[in-house]
Amino acid sequence: MQTKEIVVPTSSISMLRKPDPLADTQMTVSMGPQHPSTHGVLRLELVLDGETVIKAVPDIGYLHTGIEKTMEKEKWQQVVTVTCRMDYLNSMGNDLGYCLAVEKLMGVEVPRRAQDIRVLLTELNRLASHQVWFGTHAMDIGGMTAFFYAFTERERLLDLFECVSGARLHQSYFIIGGVRWELPDNFLSLCADFLGTYPKFLDECRRLITGNRIFQRRTKGVGRISREEAINWGLSGPTIRGSGVNWDIRKAEPYSGYDTYDFRVPVYDDGDVWSRYLVRMEEMEESWKICNQALERLKEPGEFMSDHPKLKLPARDLMKEHIDVMIHHFLLASEGFTVPIGEVYQSIESARGEIGFYVVSDGAERPYRVRVRAPSFVNLAALPAMVEGQLLADVVAVIGSIDIVLGDVDR
Amino acid sequence: MSENTGQAQSAKMIPRYADVTLVRDKFAGTIQEIIEAIGEVTLIARREGLIDLMTFMRDEPSLRFDYLSDIGGLDLGEFASPRFAVSYQLYSLEHNHRLRIKVFVEEDDAVLPSLWSIWKASNWLEREIYDMFGVSFDNHPDLRRILMPADYEGIRFVRTSR
Repeated sequence: MQTKEIVVPTSSISMLRKPDPLADTQMTVSMGPQHPSTHGVLRLELVLDGETVIKAVPDIGYLHTGIEKTMEKEKWQQVVTVTCRMDYLNSMGNDLGYCLAVEKLMGVEVPRRAQDIRVLLTELNRLASHQVWFGTHAMDIGGMTAFFYAFTERERLLDLFECVSGARLHQSYFIIGGVRWELPDNFLSLCADFLGTYPKFLDECRRLITGNRIFQRRTKGVGRISREEAINWGLSGPTIRGSGVNWDIRKAEPYSGYDTYDFRVPVYDDGDVWSRYLVRMEEMEESWKICNQALERLKEPGEFMSDHPKLKLPARDLMKEHIDVMIHHFLLASEGFTVPIGEVYQSIESARGEIGFYVVSDGAERPYRVRVRAPSFVNLAALPAMVEGQLLADVVAVIGSIDIVLGDVDR
Repeated sequence: MSENTGQAQSAKMIPRYADVTLVRDKFAGTIQEIIEAIGEVTLIARREGLIDLMTFMRDEPSLRFDYLSDIGGLDLGEFASPRFAVSYQLYSLEHNHRLRIKVFVEEDDAVLPSLWSIWKASNWLEREIYDMFGVSFDNHPDLRRILMPADYEGIRFVRTSR
């Protein structure tokens, strides 16, 4: 009788292809995708020897929705509604990166006031994003209280975003050429109120967590990655600045007039979870400074949108008088505009690191290809290098410290 | 006032791109073309000698591309030959300049050398290209699908019709 070969579907085989046959004390544990401290749907396959992690293999893709492909189906101006859904905690940053890339392709100048509005809102969004990080990171390690403080304050920020755009998380407020509409009348005073009380909140956070001995013992020397390794793995944002690399795109390749703002880039050398914690805490303070400066500049009136004929809709009264203006308005609103043939790569500093947009245009009214360099994706790739040899309980601390957003990882 | 400063600001917005005259002669066999457009430099290379070129890019003191920002795939359509393009975005932390290296591959011979030995960042980025465009990489330490499940059939980002 012929024996039939058993075919096992590849998906059910463990992803670790060669488990060490000698080590019978080793155990493979699947952590996630529903684990609360994986910040979404990240699955980690961990090989453990006792409590020590021998090998870690991240498994991603649970949130993959093909956003890069979706962008090819949208018109240039409509793409911003998709970009903000990738990294949903830092949506303004994503929109800004995409808009800058297309503006570079079209050679459009954005008015000064629009740039200042963009800077103010991006930095407010960075604050909101870092607050989510602060709350969840502390909660992963065991400090439950910080979560409530951080989310209460974040709620105030989301109210500001709602005031300006009508949406709390997916604002789509930045469009190619500027911002969608002028700031509401009461926005600047609401924003000033928020920024006035913010240092008090930051001080509370510091007193709550930074001086906490348990938190320090759980984070100092944990998840260490050296400067050379961090560069080689392509880490970016606060994660690489915690490893002693002084690199912030806002300083290195300034966009939207960041070179005219006065702020400092915090850098710590140890490369552990604690260093990355300190970097983000100080970054919140620096973002607060930038917000104050931008708010001061916004008191002057100005244009919120470029007057490029392809971008700005014609004035209402002109449309009523001239048929060609009417046609122009109709075509812009229905067909959209075309962008010259070419390709650009534009990267900005998002809350998580370098988010880059590689935009290719074939001269049509839709992008030919938008490739997104997602900071969380590249940072997460280095997770095994940080956790191997550490304790299982430290894995959650390390995941919290690289501040991944799975929407950004999977896109 | 607003108009002038606005223009000055956006002029600084454009990142600096590296001067590649040094590599043009040294790697004449690998480099096909150097394109400068919209303030960016794209170096079109063949896949033969790509590893040598990239290693030189990383180690040469005047270039020092120690940071691999991104690898992006591009499908030029089912009738194009070569069909796929893979763009490497390099960055130098030391000199603060960028460069894009683009390699074209044929559909029926879509293989590129892996850059794992040069930049570890290439690990997942190459896996994503493999997953989404079907371009495979030689000497990659762990070439599996990354975003799609392992038993998924088909290639996601390929363009069939516009």
